[in-house]
Amino acid sequence: MTLLIVALAIVFIVLTVLVISKTQTLLKGVKGETEQNDDVVDSANNINAVGLFIFWILSIIGMVWSFLHAKKDFLMAFGDIPSASSVHGKETDFWFWFGMAVVTVSFVIVNSVLFYFPLKYRYNKNRKAHFYPHNNTLEIVWTLVPAVIMAGLVFTGLRVWNKVMSDAPKDAEIIEIMGKQFGWQVRYGGVENGKLGNYNYKLIDDAAGNEFGLDFTDENSFDDFTNSSELHIPKGKPVLLKIRARDVLHSVFIPHMRVKMDAVPGMPTKFWFIADKSTADMKAELGNPDFKYEIACTEVCGRSHFAMRLILVVDEPADYEKWKKEQKSLLASNPDFLEKVPASLKAKAMKYFPTEASSDTTTASAISSLPTVTSLK
Amino acid sequence: MAAVAHADTHVHGHDEAHEHHEPQSFIKKYIFSEDHKVIAKQYLISGIVWALIGGFLSLVFRLQLGYPGIDLGWLKPILGERWFDETGKLDPNYYIALVTMHGTIMVFFVLTAGLSGTFSNFLIPLQIGARDMASGFINMLSYWFFFLSSVIMFCSLFVQDGPAGGGWVVYPPLSALPDAAPGSGTGMTMWLVSMAIFIVSSLLGSINYVTTVINLRTRGMTFDKMPLTIWAFTFTAILGILSFPVLLSAALLLIFDRSFGTSFYLSDIYINGQALPNQGGSPILFQHLFWFLGHPEVYIVILPALGMTSEIIATNARKPIFGYKAMIFSMLGIMFLAFIVWAHHMFMTGMNPFLGSVFTLLTLIIAVPSAVKAFNYITTLWRGNIIFTPAMLFSIGLVSFFVSGGVTGIILGNSALDIQLHDTYFVVAHFHLVMGSAAFFGMVAGVYHWFPKMFGRMMNSTLGYIHFWITFAGVYLVFFPQHYLGIAGFPRRYYAYTGFDFTNKYQDLAQLSTIAAIVVFAANIIFLYNFFYSIFWGKKAPQNPWKSNTLEWTTPINVGHGNWVGEIPAVYRWPYDYSKPGAADDFIPQNVPFSATSESNFPYENELISEEKEIEGIKFDYSIPD
Repeated sequence: MTLLIVALAIVFIVLTVLVISKTQTLLKGVKGETEQNDDVVDSANNINAVGLFIFWILSIIGMVWSFLHAKKDFLMAFGDIPSASSVHGKETDFWFWFGMAVVTVSFVIVNSVLFYFPLKYRYNKNRKAHFYPHNNTLEIVWTLVPAVIMAGLVFTGLRVWNKVMSDAPKDAEIIEIMGKQFGWQVRYGGVENGKLGNYNYKLIDDAAGNEFGLDFTDENSFDDFTNSSELHIPKGKPVLLKIRARDVLHSVFIPHMRVKMDAVPGMPTKFWFIADKSTADMKAELGNPDFKYEIACTEVCGRSHFAMRLILVVDEPADYEKWKKEQKSLLASNPDFLEKVPASLKAKAMKYFPTEASSDTTTASAISSLPTVTSLK
Repeated sequence: MAAVAHADTHVHGHDEAHEHHEPQSFIKKYIFSEDHKVIAKQYLISGIVWALIGGFLSLVFRLQLGYPGIDLGWLKPILGERWFDETGKLDPNYYIALVTMHGTIMVFFVLTAGLSGTFSNFLIPLQIGARDMASGFINMLSYWFFFLSSVIMFCSLFVQDGPAGGGWVVYPPLSALPDAAPGSGTGMTMWLVSMAIFIVSSLLGSINYVTTVINLRTRGMTFDKMPLTIWAFTFTAILGILSFPVLLSAALLLIFDRSFGTSFYLSDIYINGQALPNQGGSPILFQHLFWFLGHPEVYIVILPALGMTSEIIATNARKPIFGYKAMIFSMLGIMFLAFIVWAHHMFMTGMNPFLGSVFTLLTLIIAVPSAVKAFNYITTLWRGNIIFTPAMLFSIGLVSFFVSGGVTGIILGNSALDIQLHDTYFVVAHFHLVMGSAAFFGMVAGVYHWFPKMFGRMMNSTLGYIHFWITFAGVYLVFFPQHYLGIAGFPRRYYAYTGFDFTNKYQDLAQLSTIAAIVVFAANIIFLYNFFYSIFWGKKAPQNPWKSNTLEWTTPINVGHGNWVGEIPAVYRWPYDYSKPGAADDFIPQNVPFSATSESNFPYENELISEEKEIEGIKFDYSIPD
């Protein structure tokens, strides 16, 4: 409501200005139009010239002030803002601020000149403009200077880009992250063989709990476990995110890690990085016991695009391994999936069920139902 | 005379009409007009209406962003009951639809049709010395296709499930699957149909512009004597001709995917509880096709604005534009490079990183001709004798926005930095300054500058100054703080920023943007008032109010159909002879021969005097051999 009042107030102020200026014009009209036709320069010329320059001075003050005001919440490391939490992120930040320094200098120089010339060369009827149609030297210089600066930025940029986009190290921890409307799901290869099992989107069945479309005819899938609220990764170890989406485009964005990659249905993508600050490290550094790393979506995906939040937990490697061991595989969490396992792999699949369960009738019935499943196929 | 220009010999009777100025019926004169000037005004008025709608939509979502959950229930009568809950809170689906429509309207309907459509139509024949466009009929069709497309787009705002909602880029699969969002239903169908018709309109217009510039220049108007505006419009039209068809194919394939079960863009999708049969398509294909238009599109938007600015700055600085040839070559360079930088919008789509490297390199190269243009404008001001008409102020504003928004492009074009900044507010700030506001300022500058030619009356300059100052400061206040949000990692197109710890801040900056946006909108109401009031009651315009050199100011104050009474003037010199040493006046129009200005001629110009007879003697044969 306050806002409405403010808005209306502004509208009225504008209208007032309008009426006043209109009255003035009318008054001017009454006094009769002198010299107007002959000279397009009116009394406002000097005001506008000086105004442009004052505008620029005020702008510089405004920019500096707002920068100082805003910088406490920057993410890109600046001053006392914590550095990026990933190894490559520190380079991203450095080159970002390096680039910003270069463009800020050119921005300030060019705008200063742009706003100074109007002041200096405002109309004066006793002066004539300088006829100066071209100067080849000047033009070559200011073609080459930006070209050289650009070349420098391209060179440094591509060096970082190629490093970030290089293939993940062999020992990287592979984790799958899948976007859907509206949330992120993650899948780990498990502790037994560490490999992610095959999937097929046609096997996705939300009602049955197989949101990933996990293929239980692949034994690698038996120990896979999933999570829809947290992504755990180890500190100091390369992590390779295998990224996919199952409905529309999403984009994995881990702001503190300077990580972003689209999730595309039908085209798996990837991004690897090394987190070098654990969640606990960041809590200590920021003095904020509630700090959490977050994962957001940056490709518009529908109604709740703004709420696709996943918590990222960076653990010390030992804690991470311990956490992994505590997770129950998807297969084990839902005995119904056992029906999908082919007979030849049944025995292997049984390992993931607690022993007390395997000795009773549930398993027996599961095994006895096997021929039916096969015949259905 | 033979100078009347029509490619089609069958319309000879029509040519006669130019000479005799036969009275036309109201419908022929103002509605289905074939006169380029009337068509230009039709585009302008349509563009203004669209700008109001697009601006209004942005205010609605800016209110939500500045004041999350604010009661917007008072908009129910305009936008429909169902988009607001009982407390008046905006629906998140509708929020995305608003963002989508704002983008679509501003980019295509205001800054493409409203800008190019208005000024290419108005200025090309007047500045090159032609009676009209090469084909008046195609020109008329172009407008009415645009009108039809506008009607469809406008109606889509009020369909049951709301207008298209997938961002103005309408990436599939979201846009292809009605199950994915309400904005992918009827609204998206209408969006696609409307855009397809829009493209037809744009192509008809562009082909006409290029043909006119190539074929209908008056005697002596060689390419090296054309005003930079005409160069800019020509390059813009070529960009449009080569890139819009690609968007048409992208849209057609999307229509196929939506309605006929094809899988160009769809693969491996599970939605609404079932797996779709589509396999083998690629959503990335759409993005390549879209941005093959989408990137040239930003130059389609900005080049005409830069062209008009060149003219306005030179006129009002009373100085020749600095580096006329450099300006042409930099526009040519921008046009060429515009086609090979599109994938910088796609660094993070998972495309091959090697492509990322190539497109980074090409993207940063395009900064060079852009920088050259900015430097040339500034040097044009140097030692000028500057008159601050509203048009001049807006042009200076344009250059400032072009620089301020352009420099951040250097950051974003760098793929390594784009990882973090892609789809954040940094991008929003960047393109709203460099393309949105700069092109908008170019358009407004053009209106102020050529209003006397359009309507034979002057606009009120005091109101023009007020309009400029509020808008100029306001635009910076709206978009400058958004850089900070970008550096803090705020993603684009979020309904609210309270759901994440890392974005749950800067509410003050969001409010600043919102309030500034409202003020800017209000300031443009002043402009509207000034515009419409001046059409009817403005001060009568003199023959050449800005003492400009170009040909349009040699036409009668109220230009009739056919533009010049009698013979079209011949052209002897370039359009930038301002403040020439030795000359009595500080401007020498293009149609003044060197033989009449012996006091100010340079030696090589004296040699050109002998060619004047030749130029005057040129007879054009417009008939096309069978």
